[in-house]
Amino acid sequence: MSDLEQFRQDTRTWLESNCPESMRVPVKGFEDLYNGGRNPEIAHPDQKLWCDRMAERGWTVPHWPKAYGGGGLDAAEVKILSEEMARIGARRALDSFGISMLGPALLHFGSEEQKLEHLPKIARGEIRWCQGYSEPNAGSDLASLATKAEDKGDHYVINGQKIWTSYADKADWIFCLVRTDNSGSKHEGISFVLFDMDQPGVTVRPIKLISGSSPFCETFFDDAIADKRNLVGEAGNGWTIAKYLLTHEREMISGFGAAPKKSVGQVAVDTIGTDASGRLASPVLRQAIAQYQLDTLVFGATMARVGDEAKAGQGLGAASSIFKYYGTELNKRRNELNLAVCGEQALGWEGEVYHDGMLSRDWLRSKGNSIEGGTTEVQLNIIAKRVLGLPDA
Amino acid sequence: MALVLNEEQVMLKESAAGFLAEKASVAQLRALRDSDSERGFSDDVWREMAEMGWAGIAIAEAFGGLGYGYTGLGLVLEQAGRNLSASPLQSTVLVAATVIGELGSEQQKEQWLAAIASGEKLVSLALQEGAHHDPLHTALGAQAQGNEYILNGAKVLVLDAVSADAFIVIARTAAQPGDEQGLSAFLVDAATAGVTVERRKLVDSRSVGALSLDNVRVAADSLLGEPGAAWGGLKRALDIANIGLAAELLGLSTEAFERTVAYLKERKQFGRVIGSFQGLQHRAAELFAELELSRSIVLQALHAIDAGEEDLSLPASAAKAKLCEVAQRVTNEAIQMHGGIGMTDEHEIGFFIKRARVVQHLFGDYNYHLDRFAQLNHF
Repeated sequence: MSDLEQFRQDTRTWLESNCPESMRVPVKGFEDLYNGGRNPEIAHPDQKLWCDRMAERGWTVPHWPKAYGGGGLDAAEVKILSEEMARIGARRALDSFGISMLGPALLHFGSEEQKLEHLPKIARGEIRWCQGYSEPNAGSDLASLATKAEDKGDHYVINGQKIWTSYADKADWIFCLVRTDNSGSKHEGISFVLFDMDQPGVTVRPIKLISGSSPFCETFFDDAIADKRNLVGEAGNGWTIAKYLLTHEREMISGFGAAPKKSVGQVAVDTIGTDASGRLASPVLRQAIAQYQLDTLVFGATMARVGDEAKAGQGLGAASSIFKYYGTELNKRRNELNLAVCGEQALGWEGEVYHDGMLSRDWLRSKGNSIEGGTTEVQLNIIAKRVLGLPDA
Repeated sequence: MALVLNEEQVMLKESAAGFLAEKASVAQLRALRDSDSERGFSDDVWREMAEMGWAGIAIAEAFGGLGYGYTGLGLVLEQAGRNLSASPLQSTVLVAATVIGELGSEQQKEQWLAAIASGEKLVSLALQEGAHHDPLHTALGAQAQGNEYILNGAKVLVLDAVSADAFIVIARTAAQPGDEQGLSAFLVDAATAGVTVERRKLVDSRSVGALSLDNVRVAADSLLGEPGAAWGGLKRALDIANIGLAAELLGLSTEAFERTVAYLKERKQFGRVIGSFQGLQHRAAELFAELELSRSIVLQALHAIDAGEEDLSLPASAAKAKLCEVAQRVTNEAIQMHGGIGMTDEHEIGFFIKRARVVQHLFGDYNYHLDRFAQLNHF
């Protein structure tokens, strides 16, 4: 038996005896995901047990090095682990910004001391992180951020405000972009610091959206303290790390453009019916749905092509620049079509309504997809300037 | 099949790009138009293309072709689209050879595919009868009489009609217009008594013709396949043809777009290049995105042919519908962004919008293929 086959068999045996039955049912929504932290939100008592068991083997972050709390698995082993988890329907044991966002940045830019300090706590789900990027006056123009960090020798004193800070009300620590220097261009003088949210200088206020409650918050810093040991990279070099993470974030958001399980056309046939020729009985809507499904198909083909090009060693081609823009616009189109297809049944908000009011909430929430993580307009600017080489105004 | 080109395909693409830019460019198309060329393409250039093997690029080696598959042919068609190269690549290589390959007997394939691959014979499909592509409503009649069939009717939009040595005439030997049953394909020599070809000048300056068949007598062995059973093979051949045309539209649209972006960087108004205006930048960036999407679906559809996928309807209608939409948008924007100069005959950008609309129409336009795409998705 090859090493990989042995690994598969061992993994299967271990999962069978360690994954609680309750963690083998599909998650129903975001609230079912386990995010860990000092005061974790528990939707089911087995969540923490499952996370602890997986973390002990480093399998909450199987691809990270063992020294930082990871599993030290290579790509083939990671694939086997996820296949074996999928086989029994095992949930991911831990979901967090620490894993998806800060971890990759620290692995790439952090010092050895920082990695040893922070990564194992992320891997074990002990500390929950949030991201402090946008400010009221620095949205699309993120680099003009003004939150100020004053150098006090061994620490920084931070004053300013962040907005759209996802889960700031639930997070323990923040990775935050601050301005340490005002003398150069706006891209210079930005630094990437980490600090504890549990201190008198930090205040958090949740934001309610047009779609209802949301994970977003406003976060205020009033003489908040960040230890200098937690400055990642050089002072003034934070923009490089921010860009790295933004690319990462855009790739995640563009995944929203993937085709839904039941096609919009199918839902429409079930709701509206067909004419004698088998065509959807509403011809105008039919055309809009067909165009949407066609664009979803070609978008999927483009994701596949870019993946194949990368595998063939051709690097990430220019096509990847369209993902964030196109994927989020597709998601908005899908949500508009859901409304058009389901009519009155899509308009419910709460109480005794169809779809538990989720169609209207998802539809409203999708409007934010083309704003967060770089607006559609910013993405088009980037394509125009960096890909097409069109000059600045 | 990974959605990337292999080494052989990259070389083919580059050599096609070089050859066509030199020998069959937009300037050459203009010269053919201005000299009122009867055939609409240069015999010398076509001979060179055939010598390079392009006439048999997708034809199996057993029948004298190169056996590069349709991905190879698609790459050449894409470059032909970029240069608006006039040649029988579409009529004979993409369409007729494919119909013969799908429907012909071994003996017919040996005879005709070899003659096409060597560049010796030109063959063209005579299918459309009305204003729109509607193959099932073929009405041209073929009546069996002894060991012969007698054909009566008319066809339009026959590519390279005045140059063709033979036509594949789609006729009805049974049943009613609208039925899949009863369609037959006949190989008819262009010199057969009763066949009249009239040249029609279309907007793209290429040569097409109208065909009339007046008591045309053909032997029963000129049938491609069984009588009345042509639809299956014809449908597949049309799917392949549409994927090839989508590749041509991809090349055409990409070239029109790149020329337009170059113009945006050069044309000055209000004291600055117009490409610095965000109103134009965003439109250009959107077109770029559409072209990247187009490239993916064309490559995926070409691979589907070469992978031998049983039903090509979905990739064909997806690729053709998407490329019709994108070609229309790109060529319209190309004219608008060029401004007044884009309206002049002297400038080459106008040739792109003209060719685009003809290719869009051939074998089903956006409306036809988006409707078919929806039907194939059961709604």
